[in-house]
Amino acid sequence: MVSRRPFYIVVALLFILGTSLMIYRHVAFDVPWLPGEYRQVWSVEAKVEFDAADQPVIASLALPATQPGFTLVDESAASPGYGLSFVDRNGITRAEWSIRTAKGHQELYYRAEMMSDPYAKSLPAEPPAVEKQIEKEPIATAMVQILDRAKERSADAFTLTREIMKEFDNQEQNAQLLRNHKGRAHLIVDMLNQADIPARVVRALTLEDGRRRQQLIDYVQVFQDDKYDLFDPKTGLQGRPEQLMLWEYNSQPLLDVTGGNNSRVTYSVVQKQVAVARALTAKFEHTNMLNFSIDTLPVEEQALFKGILLLPIGVLVVVFLRVIVGLKTSGTFMPVLIAVAFIQTNLVVGLLGFLSIVGVGLVIRSYLSRLNLLLVARISTVIITVIAIIALLSVLTYKLGLTEGMRITFFPMIILSWTIERMSILWEEEGPKEVVKQGGGSLLVAVLAYLAMDNSLIQHLTFNYLGLQLVIMATVLLMGNYTGYRLSELKRFKPLADELKK
Amino acid sequence: MWLWERYTSPFKLASLGIMGMNQRNVNYIGRYNPRKLYPLVDNKLKTKHIAVAAGVTVPKLIGTIQHQHEVKKIADMVKDWPGFCIKPARGSGGKGILVIMRQEDGLFYKPNGKAETVSDLERHISNILAGLFSLGGKPDFVMVEDLIHFDNVFDGYSFEGVPDTRVIIFKGFPVMSMMRLSTASSDGKANLHQGAVGVGICLRTGRAVRGVQYNQPLRHHPDTNKDLFDLQVPHWLKLLNLAASCYEMSGLGYIGTDMVLDKKRGPMLLELNARPGLSIQIANAAGLLPRLRQIEKLGNFSMSVEERVAYAMEHFGVFPTQTLA
Repeated sequence: MVSRRPFYIVVALLFILGTSLMIYRHVAFDVPWLPGEYRQVWSVEAKVEFDAADQPVIASLALPATQPGFTLVDESAASPGYGLSFVDRNGITRAEWSIRTAKGHQELYYRAEMMSDPYAKSLPAEPPAVEKQIEKEPIATAMVQILDRAKERSADAFTLTREIMKEFDNQEQNAQLLRNHKGRAHLIVDMLNQADIPARVVRALTLEDGRRRQQLIDYVQVFQDDKYDLFDPKTGLQGRPEQLMLWEYNSQPLLDVTGGNNSRVTYSVVQKQVAVARALTAKFEHTNMLNFSIDTLPVEEQALFKGILLLPIGVLVVVFLRVIVGLKTSGTFMPVLIAVAFIQTNLVVGLLGFLSIVGVGLVIRSYLSRLNLLLVARISTVIITVIAIIALLSVLTYKLGLTEGMRITFFPMIILSWTIERMSILWEEEGPKEVVKQGGGSLLVAVLAYLAMDNSLIQHLTFNYLGLQLVIMATVLLMGNYTGYRLSELKRFKPLADELKK
Repeated sequence: MWLWERYTSPFKLASLGIMGMNQRNVNYIGRYNPRKLYPLVDNKLKTKHIAVAAGVTVPKLIGTIQHQHEVKKIADMVKDWPGFCIKPARGSGGKGILVIMRQEDGLFYKPNGKAETVSDLERHISNILAGLFSLGGKPDFVMVEDLIHFDNVFDGYSFEGVPDTRVIIFKGFPVMSMMRLSTASSDGKANLHQGAVGVGICLRTGRAVRGVQYNQPLRHHPDTNKDLFDLQVPHWLKLLNLAASCYEMSGLGYIGTDMVLDKKRGPMLLELNARPGLSIQIANAAGLLPRLRQIEKLGNFSMSVEERVAYAMEHFGVFPTQTLA
């Protein structure tokens, strides 16, 4: 007797591998377990305005990228008459509009679609160089006083930042003096730099649906080791508020216009709900990450795969119904193919089409059986007959205005012909009762397989989690090793069991 | 009736040792029947050849037809044989077997009295050749065999059909046996699910244990009203020895042997089945599993055919020993 251990190890490995692939995909790529989930996508539009002075213009705008909390899924720009390029310098992308001559008020638009994405991955932020500004008196003394006091009460970069902001409130006079000198965010950054702590002022936008003509607000980004945190210079609160999106965070000017003046940028924000599938497609469209998923294929191939990946589900249903339940079908996997056709046609049209094709086919086949033909020729005749029936039904239903009828062309004709042939022999040998029984059994299996394959949750899972295929395989292998009773046997042996128990 | 009242519990079945289809497929057929030996039993012509070589009695082969152009030969082939039987070599479940009892004036009469013409026979043969009755629709060929002259002891037990004795042979040991009697509702066929009567046969004595039709016990044959309990298979020891020797002959560990009793030639092997059905348990009101496990526990043995039959008669019999016919 061969040991069963290798078998169970293989099954367990398949199961573990499949499940971990699924979990990995859920965690790393934020693929939801349930279909129909929506993701919040913020459509943020930056409007650049300036007055051109009748000379060549170059306008360069800092652009946001994927960052913690948000994934950039799409971007576009509108700027009539301007040349536009996205210029990448040291990994920092800026939009650059250019035109030979322009005069008067100019408006340029840039739109970014940012998806709310708790799993968004961005490049690690590089701490800026520490720059110690030398201020003139009495500014310098005021700053030293605040900094010294704050230093005493703090332990690290983050606590120091908090304490500096507290001291601004405590030392009223110094604060007043400094406020007239510089913006608060910049003062904090300067003081942190004095204490050899890398920090910078970043420009951020609070996302709120329907807001127009918004301005960017300053935040202080403080680095400690390889981490950083954001501080609101006004309130002193630490951490990124949920709806805060950083726009400029590379120590660069937000907008740089040559050949124009009175330039400014305003923002409007619109919130959209986008189905996860679409959002994910957009997310992975330009990715070259290690991403074994169907999302990376062209859309047409995706549709093809969607169908193929469902087949194992149908097969699983058939194996279950045959091994565990004990249903008889005519042809092992014929029901799966019929179920695939049902998906194309929808259930009612599919059932009607199937019954009418097989019914008419049986009538014609019963005539053929009297002609004493060779088997291959007879089957071929049935195939041609089936095609004729399908053509006839399609034309007929089309004329009647039922366009659904056209879909019966999706039926696998060769399979249908074999079904007719088998049913016909069954009819001759065992009578119509057995035909109804086996044909009904096949149809029942086909309908169950269809219901499983048409389920939106199952479609979502098979399409998005390739690991599921391995789990299905492990399940099928396990069922292949099932030596217990079939449900039908519990009924079959019931009288015997009752008798023996007496 | 409530739905669950029509089903029994799997634990009950297991405690009674009743074997299910999955159990049979995985633990017995899959384990004891090497795939490469299947053609020996799936092709009845090959079975016949190895049986003849092993000295096992089989019905006489009148001839074979392998190609479509030979179909016309049939009339000539059977002209000296009043009764004969046309079979597909690779047929399954008794499909495609045509029995002709007698011929008269160029017409061939089936057991039910219906007449067939030569062209009917030829059509049947073309169908067999094209693979209509074979497993998976593969092209097949035709065997024409001498009709079996059934022993008179079975008169009245079978309606228009072949009363055959099925013995399950596991590793060379007979483990269970039954007779299958065709009825009017089974249309002369011997398959239990089609309405044939199954009669469990005591392995020790060859006497009927009980009869069932459609899973329900019955005492009398539904058509002839003969008392099934009077049934006693003659030449029982010889039949069992013949059946048990099919293990060496075929090399298959778990087989169903279908035996018939000929008036003149005694027990004969009709065919072997590498996937014998489970209804035999219902016919015997006994589970196969305890017997199969008992033999598996014997481990690797070397026993002669006679010793194995004696072992089976001793352990698996129902009635006390009596003088065997």
